[in-house]
Amino acid sequence: MADSGAGNPGDPRRRKALQEMARFGGGAAVAATMLTGFGVSSRAKPAQTLRPPGALPEKQFLSACVRCGLCVRDCPYDTLNLSDWADGPAVGTPFFVARNVPCEMCDNIPCVKACPTGALDHSLTDIAKAKMGVAVITSRETCLNLQGLRCDVCYRVCPAIDKAITLETSHNARTARHAIFEPVVHAEYCTGCGKCEKSCVLNDAAIKVLPIEIAALKQDEHYLRGWEEKKKSGAPLVDAPLKLPVRKPDAGGAP
Amino acid sequence: MTANARPYREARAQKGLWASTRFLVLRRISQLSFLALFLSGPLFGIWIAKGTLASSMTLGVLPLNDPFIFLQSLAARHWPEGVAILGTAIVLGSYLLLGGRSYCAWVCPVNPVTDLAAWLRRRLGITYTAKVRPELRLYFVVGVLAASAVSGSMAWELINPITALHRALVFGLWSGACGAGAIFIFDLFVAKHGWCGHLCPVGAFYGQIGRVSLLRVAADNRAACDDCMDCFAVCPEPHVISPALRGERSGTSPVIASGDCTLCGACIDVCSKRVFNLGLRARSGVAPTNSATVTASASQVAPTRRSPERVAP
Ligand code: SF4
Ligand code: SF4
Ligand code: SF4
Repeated sequence: MADSGAGNPGDPRRRKALQEMARFGGGAAVAATMLTGFGVSSRAKPAQTLRPPGALPEKQFLSACVRCGLCVRDCPYDTLNLSDWADGPAVGTPFFVARNVPCEMCDNIPCVKACPTGALDHSLTDIAKAKMGVAVITSRETCLNLQGLRCDVCYRVCPAIDKAITLETSHNARTARHAIFEPVVHAEYCTGCGKCEKSCVLNDAAIKVLPIEIAALKQDEHYLRGWEEKKKSGAPLVDAPLKLPVRKPDAGGAP
Repeated sequence: MTANARPYREARAQKGLWASTRFLVLRRISQLSFLALFLSGPLFGIWIAKGTLASSMTLGVLPLNDPFIFLQSLAARHWPEGVAILGTAIVLGSYLLLGGRSYCAWVCPVNPVTDLAAWLRRRLGITYTAKVRPELRLYFVVGVLAASAVSGSMAWELINPITALHRALVFGLWSGACGAGAIFIFDLFVAKHGWCGHLCPVGAFYGQIGRVSLLRVAADNRAACDDCMDCFAVCPEPHVISPALRGERSGTSPVIASGDCTLCGACIDVCSKRVFNLGLRARSGVAPTNSATVTASASQVAPTRRSPERVAP
């Protein structure tokens, strides 16, 4: 095969090769565009989707989880499900519905151990540090404790009782004789296991676990908390307390 | 040329039932065993293989991972943990020995679906087929990896009907099986061997491994070929046969070199002249063909027409 004109722009072989390449590129581009659009659109996570303990942030999770279901298989309480097309979360990925079966917060975290890819982060070894979501009183109008009744169920079932949920008392203005025991969730300790949501006695739970990105937003950086800054710098932020004039009728300072 | 609607009839008459259905039976057994390994746990509580074809753990010691999914994960910029890397290496290694697309014919749950469509096609005499170029699936491979990179998620796994079907079977997520139905309709009415032969990027990817793998089908006995064309009628990738079967004059090796071959053995079953064998790529018993008369390259050797005197009774 003599290579007399293969490099020549007019050479039919070269033209054919270029056409092939263009077609290949075009075909790949069409396929890629369609799939990308689909991929990006299905990256949205429904507001109620809870991932297993140790799950990477959603975007990394979707590039890591191979949808094998090994975590689902190794969960002893059948908490986890694989998402089907109609379920909402990206198809084939694990999730759980706290109101159906919450996470029992196993000490040895078998779901994380089973994950072959690290989509569930293997550095999570203390289940109390899990952040599957965070519980929020979503209905102050119906929560029995907030109505001045004593229910306390969510508080009592919480595996991190008195840390993740506390009961804060306040005066019951309606009866004027009783106290209100308000369940208050502390995001720092809440693992998002969902036992509180599961056990809420109302038909529609007044406490719900929401994904972190929805429930617990980051503190705005431009608001500084004086007491924290004080702790950080080890000294008061202003040199001395401000001196204000004393406003008393007999002090004579004020008009 | 119309395809023979009953290509196995002659082989059965000449070689007997077993020799003409051997590979089909073995493949069905293999496919069912793979499924049984995964189903013994959920059905009977005996956990042999956990997970799905995407990633599995057998008896708690043997991890297996799909290399194409691994690649998508890399494209989406996640470097998997050790177990997934080991599992991928084991699968890659086995298919380097066993022929990349042997996965397609011996393991993949979609194969019985497309085989059924192909069989029905022959029986119903459906000859219409859309012209889809086989390399379209290579575009898909590139497209899938590009889409994974851009979207940062495993693009193909969002719609992959193979893993969806496997999940459907193993986890009971039935809506995931719709894809299998779509493939069946597509193969039956739109394009002959359309899905596996032209579209599926997983098979295309394994096909690239198959270009160098050790186990191969070869037309060792091609001198005996009487041009009945039955092998072309049953092969899901008929274009792989010609170079090996018709390459005698050009001195082309009788080994089917193309990675597209799924090693399903249908040609071995269907041939009444026992032309084909399964064996290692480098064969000792094959006499070098007449290389002095090399005149045409393999691709130029067109399959000859069915000889008129051999029209099936
Ligand atoms: S910690 Fe235990 S109960 Fe919770 S999801 Fe993992 S395996 Fe299941
Ligand atoms: S084990 Fe890991 S990779 Fe498999 S489905 Fe669960 S999170 Fe995804
Ligand atoms: S989700 Fe509810 S039960 Fe679980 S740790 Fe948080 S407050 Fe407690």
